[in-house]
Amino acid sequence: MSTLEIRDLHVEVETESGPKEILRGVDLTVNSNETHAIMGPNGSGKSTLAYSIAGHPKYTVTQGDVLLDGENVLEMAVDERARAGLFLAMQYPVEVPGVSMSNFLRSAATATRGEAPKVRHWVKEVKNAMSDLEIDPSFAERSVNEGFSGGEKKRHEVLQLSLLKPKFAVLDETDSGLDVDALRIVSKGVNEYKAQSDVGIMLITHYTRILRYISPDRVHVFVNGKVVESGGPELADELEENGYVRFTGSAAESSKEEQPA
Amino acid sequence: MTVQDTDPGIPTAAAVKTAPWEERFTSYDVEAFEVPGGREEQWRFTPLRRLRGLHDGSASVDGQIDVAVVSGFGDAASSDLGGVRHETVGRDDPRLGDGGIPADRVAAQAWSGFTRAHVVTVNEARSDDEPLTITVTGPGQGSTAYAHLQLRLEHHAEAVVVLDHRGSGTVAANTEFVVADGAKLEIVEVHDWADDAVYVGAQHLSVGRDATIRHTSVTLGGDLVRLSPVINYRAPGGDAELDGLYFADGGQHFEQRLLVDHSVVNCRSRVMYKGALQGVEGGTAAHTVWIGDVLIRKAAEGTDTYELNRNLLLTDNARADSVPNLEIETGEIVGAGHASATGRFDDEQLFYLMSRGVPEAAARRLVVRGFFGEVIQKVRVPALRDRLEAAIEAELEAVGA
Ligand SMILES: Nc1ncnc2c1ncn2[C@@H]1O[C@H](COP(=O)(O)OP(=O)(O)OP(=O)(O)O)[C@@H](O)[C@H]1O
Ligand SMILES: [Mg+2]
Repeated sequence: MSTLEIRDLHVEVETESGPKEILRGVDLTVNSNETHAIMGPNGSGKSTLAYSIAGHPKYTVTQGDVLLDGENVLEMAVDERARAGLFLAMQYPVEVPGVSMSNFLRSAATATRGEAPKVRHWVKEVKNAMSDLEIDPSFAERSVNEGFSGGEKKRHEVLQLSLLKPKFAVLDETDSGLDVDALRIVSKGVNEYKAQSDVGIMLITHYTRILRYISPDRVHVFVNGKVVESGGPELADELEENGYVRFTGSAAESSKEEQPA
Repeated sequence: MTVQDTDPGIPTAAAVKTAPWEERFTSYDVEAFEVPGGREEQWRFTPLRRLRGLHDGSASVDGQIDVAVVSGFGDAASSDLGGVRHETVGRDDPRLGDGGIPADRVAAQAWSGFTRAHVVTVNEARSDDEPLTITVTGPGQGSTAYAHLQLRLEHHAEAVVVLDHRGSGTVAANTEFVVADGAKLEIVEVHDWADDAVYVGAQHLSVGRDATIRHTSVTLGGDLVRLSPVINYRAPGGDAELDGLYFADGGQHFEQRLLVDHSVVNCRSRVMYKGALQGVEGGTAAHTVWIGDVLIRKAAEGTDTYELNRNLLLTDNARADSVPNLEIETGEIVGAGHASATGRFDDEQLFYLMSRGVPEAAARRLVVRGFFGEVIQKVRVPALRDRLEAAIEAELEAVGA
């Protein structure tokens, strides 16, 4: 049993007019075998939270902790975090021209597993994982994410999830840009990995549709850089029904009137 | 030496040596060129102080290059050359100059100064897995040589050739590649000089009717390496693919000046040069220069050309100059384009790879290998491909990237 604990996390980014605080005290704990959905309006800081956990250099943590089984994740380099068992399926996966998907996957698996996987076994493993996600084998020889459609990129993020077998995975809008069939296929991929492992999942999404496939244990409402309410799956239905008005309150009202909050 | 004007349309002894393309000045005679001062378009990027007098007549020749020709590459090499002839000839050999005529003072200096030239002739269609290796070794540290080498592919001959430069010293050279009608040359020219070496070379590529030349230029080592390949199409149907790969460390100056001279109808050219640079913090900068001149003359209808240069700055202390230049004198062409981009290492790519557990050094290696992959994959000598890949890894390790 593992725990990913985020405590009072404050994060800022550098802007032209100086540092700007995006996360304002995030508290969230995810245990093995739990799935937490995080829902919140555009710009509330969900991706910032995801990137901060992964260690993207653009974000500066000014306060708080991220602990993986008590170990301070914030002191680890990006690659160390991944090897410690953290995984981020990105909202906008990066294109890496010239590096083939198969070479990349093998390098990543070698790094996270601590040794190069045996060739014959590996080839089969990748082939199966790709076919489960209905990814054409020809993608293996293409450059990482280069020229992939939005949906193809998302499938490859989940492919990496299933091959790298993390303890905790943050899925940042993995459902966005997927057609109906792809959503089902990708959800199935996540569920299969959930079933065969003890992974804890933070699922960032705007839509309840994916939550019908991947059922969350907890739902958190994320507004203005922090978690403002947490509840069971029924909270997602309430959000679907009523939006975020109840949580953004006067801020949303006044923005409608085009006045600064 | 007999002066032969084998370049139709190019006057060999024009009085002016500047500007318009049509009047590009060429001559075998060193004194026909003024001593460069450093401001000339041809010389403005080159640190003349480091040329050891090759440009102003103060260098004195006290050594020579060694040229060895074998069949095969690396461990698989054999001295049985089959239908390939390697001759050492005097200055008056009438074949010299078939490739082209010097267009700068150092090339003319080398031409005026060499005593013996090496001519390698291929008169057969050799199979791909039987490359020819020509190894050129410098005159040694502190010595200077003027070199002349000609590689000839006779009618319908075919060959894959590795032209491997190594060793120490100072060299000014003319290298001619004469590809006769219907012949096919795939040449990888490697400059893997020792740290002290200075090499200034003019490459004259002559492409016959329906002939194909694939020239890959690789520069990895030397204090200063300046290469000036000129593509001369002799008849319609010529096809030239020019690839390049260079990797400059702190203090190194690698310069490539290409001229693709489309003077006849229906010829094709593709240029793809890629460079990586890494200076050392606090040390001298790594400097590369890439000039890509493509000229489509009025007569050259049906020309199809594209050129690309990309540079990857791996560290701060590095400077890459990149100047593509396309001059088009006729509208009746298939296509013409150019692109040039110089960029830093992409932090987003690095982050993406590292977020999958790949350590930083390995992630950088993946990206750089990927960057050069397009060029290296086209090299059809597997053992050479391995060597180039290993050389790039070694470069990356050298600065602990
Ligand atoms: N360099 C920057 N300068 C100014 N603001 C920035 C900068 N980088 C990020 N931000 C702001 O940080 C906020 C949080 O962005 P983030 O991507 O985390 O939002 P999100 O909740 O993931 O939104 P979405 O639902 O649209 O994906 C946004 O308002 C964004 O504009
Ligand atoms: Mg986001």
